[in-house]
Amino acid sequence: MDNFWGVIFSTDFAFSVLRVTTPILFAALGALISNKAGIINIGMEGTMLTGALAGVIVSAYTGSAWIGLLGAMASGIAISAVLAYFTLKIKTHIILGGIAINMFASGGTVFILYLISGDKGTSTSLQSKVLPNVHIPLLQDIPVLGPILSGHNVLTYLSLLAVAGVYYLLKRTPLGLQIRSVGENPQAAQSVGISVTRIQTIALLLSGFFASLGGAFMSMGYLSLFTRDMTAGRGWIAIAAEALGGGSTVGTFVASLIFGATNAMSNALQILKIPAELIGTFPYAATVVGLLVYAIAETRRRKKKNG
Amino acid sequence: MQPHLLEMRNIIKVYPNGVAANRNVDFSLREGEIHAVAGENGAGKSTLMKILFGMEEPSDGEIWLKGERVRFQTPQDAISKGIGMVHQHFMLVPSFTVAENMVLGMEPKKGLSIHVDEAVRMTKELSDKYQLAVDPKAKVESLSVGMKQKVEILKALLRGARILILDEPTAVLTPQETEELFKQLLTLKREGHTIVFISHKLKEVKAICDRITIMRAGTTAGVFDMADITEQEISRLMVGRDVVLKYEKDEVFFGPPVLKVEGLTYVNALGNKALNNIGLSVKAGEIVGIAGVEGNGQAELVKALTGGLEGSRSGKAMVNGSDIGQADMREIRGLGVSYVPEDRMSQGAAKEESISDNIISTRYRESAWNKGLFLKGKQIVKLAESLIEEFKVRCSGPAQPIGMLSGGNMQKVIVARECSTEPLLLIAEQPTRGVDIGAAQLVHKKLLEMRSRNCAILLISADLNEILELSDTLYVMYDGELVAEFDKPSEVTEEELGLYMLGLKKQERRGGHSDAEVL
Repeated sequence: MDNFWGVIFSTDFAFSVLRVTTPILFAALGALISNKAGIINIGMEGTMLTGALAGVIVSAYTGSAWIGLLGAMASGIAISAVLAYFTLKIKTHIILGGIAINMFASGGTVFILYLISGDKGTSTSLQSKVLPNVHIPLLQDIPVLGPILSGHNVLTYLSLLAVAGVYYLLKRTPLGLQIRSVGENPQAAQSVGISVTRIQTIALLLSGFFASLGGAFMSMGYLSLFTRDMTAGRGWIAIAAEALGGGSTVGTFVASLIFGATNAMSNALQILKIPAELIGTFPYAATVVGLLVYAIAETRRRKKKNG
Repeated sequence: MQPHLLEMRNIIKVYPNGVAANRNVDFSLREGEIHAVAGENGAGKSTLMKILFGMEEPSDGEIWLKGERVRFQTPQDAISKGIGMVHQHFMLVPSFTVAENMVLGMEPKKGLSIHVDEAVRMTKELSDKYQLAVDPKAKVESLSVGMKQKVEILKALLRGARILILDEPTAVLTPQETEELFKQLLTLKREGHTIVFISHKLKEVKAICDRITIMRAGTTAGVFDMADITEQEISRLMVGRDVVLKYEKDEVFFGPPVLKVEGLTYVNALGNKALNNIGLSVKAGEIVGIAGVEGNGQAELVKALTGGLEGSRSGKAMVNGSDIGQADMREIRGLGVSYVPEDRMSQGAAKEESISDNIISTRYRESAWNKGLFLKGKQIVKLAESLIEEFKVRCSGPAQPIGMLSGGNMQKVIVARECSTEPLLLIAEQPTRGVDIGAAQLVHKKLLEMRSRNCAILLISADLNEILELSDTLYVMYDGELVAEFDKPSEVTEEELGLYMLGLKKQERRGGHSDAEVL
């Protein structure tokens, strides 16, 4: 048991929490924006996966990790545009649309990977690039904090900035106000001349954009290659994190950290003699428990409100 | 003659289902007046206003604003021409502050952000100017209904409204709030705004409006200066029958009371008495009608009798001596009650399901229709077929989804279902609304047949023809109360009924509608 706490209370562990939180956090922020506009994008998993592959392919062909990142972003926006077209324009049910995106991405990424690299499992034959890690001067020399906060991938820092960015977007900007009004009372929004479809399209594109950043981190930071289904449910965990966060940016951030921590734990504890299969269930069990806690709290809150 | 600020000429609106809501309606506004639009539910006033505000496009007709022809395809078009509307259901975002709701869609900016201080200032300035006191920083969800209405009015003003349409603004207000609203409307008038005031509360209309357009059955029944017309005359023009239907009624001796309601009182979420000391009884073989302008408690009364009322109430409702106060619909049906709901689309039928499934839906638990786990399919189809024939339902067969039928045929199926269980009490709520004449007459005949078979019937209807011709006893409901009772409804004139329906008259303590007369 000493070993257990030794693993948990180490700077390595804290560092890895931030690292594994990154993809979840990006996707959770994406889910938050679309949910705020009243449209539930369950295609996060597929969008992430697409972003991960697009980043690898584009960086391999251009030789630039940064252009690869742009490629990933473009793919995320493109796939969300498809989703927006089907659900907002020709009125497919959003859940069906999301499922289609996920299944399409799961098979489609393997297909494209095989076309390009001749391999159905991984992208090892592609010379893809990795986004750099950043060592922050001064901060890296501070004991404890330094090893935890410095030396992360550039996308990890970007994900933390994105929290502030999304908070600002939703709370302070006209677009954010309109997104929230569309989600809360679309008739009210419409009555003052806001196009509900337009706002929801923007929200979906933004959610795809953030999901693809999460995907890009998976293949160009967390790992340095693409493997089939490499997002392994992180898109779903992100949706759970958003729900657990109670629809607020800060809440989504905290919930993402909690899921990140359980994820990191399952990685870290593999060195102990706990069966890897059991540890592997941690993040998912945490998702279930998290949603349960959320549901109970929500029910209580509602009861209280109704007296 | 003052020149007209706005004119709507020959407006025709026919909906895709064939209902003509507006038939050659003319409507005009003079600058700076408060103009009432009065009419019963379904008279076409909402449709006319929706057309004026760009929410509906007219099938034909022209709108002229300041001598210029305009076309409104969306509310945005109307807003840009200085027309604002305060809807009955507020168009506000509950979690936003007043200021945020005010500027939504036209946010003042500072850099990338919303200029919150500016939004607050704009709200404050406008609220001071028109003496509509609101707290710009308060969350809308915490405001009273009256406050929300002020925010709605301010919202329209902020968007440059010179013509303000208020859709039954007092329906949701307390008397004090109504008085305050009137003061504010007069302030707006002094500032040169033109106000359209939709209402069927004649006292209010009389108190505040300069002119009135009366609508009836989709047409204009008259336009008057308020000084030239009495409330009685307005009521006579508003309430009336177009065609008088006559039915032969069998001589029936009423049996003992089946439904008894005593002192039923219910306070709704707004704190108003939606039902105020309701007392009535329906005897076997009797049709008791409840007339009234919609929204005066009829819906709550029906809910109270069909297990649909939430919240606390006082008083009693009994079917054959059993208290149904806390019972749900299934238990109430178990007592021999049938119910034809007002809304056949959502409450009366499962649209996607077949005619026979809809017919069986209220009785499939009975042993006659199932054998343990399975339904007796053949018998059910036989029942459906016989009812289809009896009620002349035009359809391809019992398996056709009910949603594919026309409104009239759908209603026939529902009435067939409710009548074929041999109920002791039938509650029929607007049973012929929106159906064709043929279907309506068939429903009326069936109700009379039920009456001859000693069924007690409670008929709630806004259709005067129906209620006057079918009822043996007629009550008029106004503001949650039964304000009049008539023993010979067919001799009641429409004028007289109108006075009660519109709250101009009230019978003094009705003579106790005692059950003693039964024996």
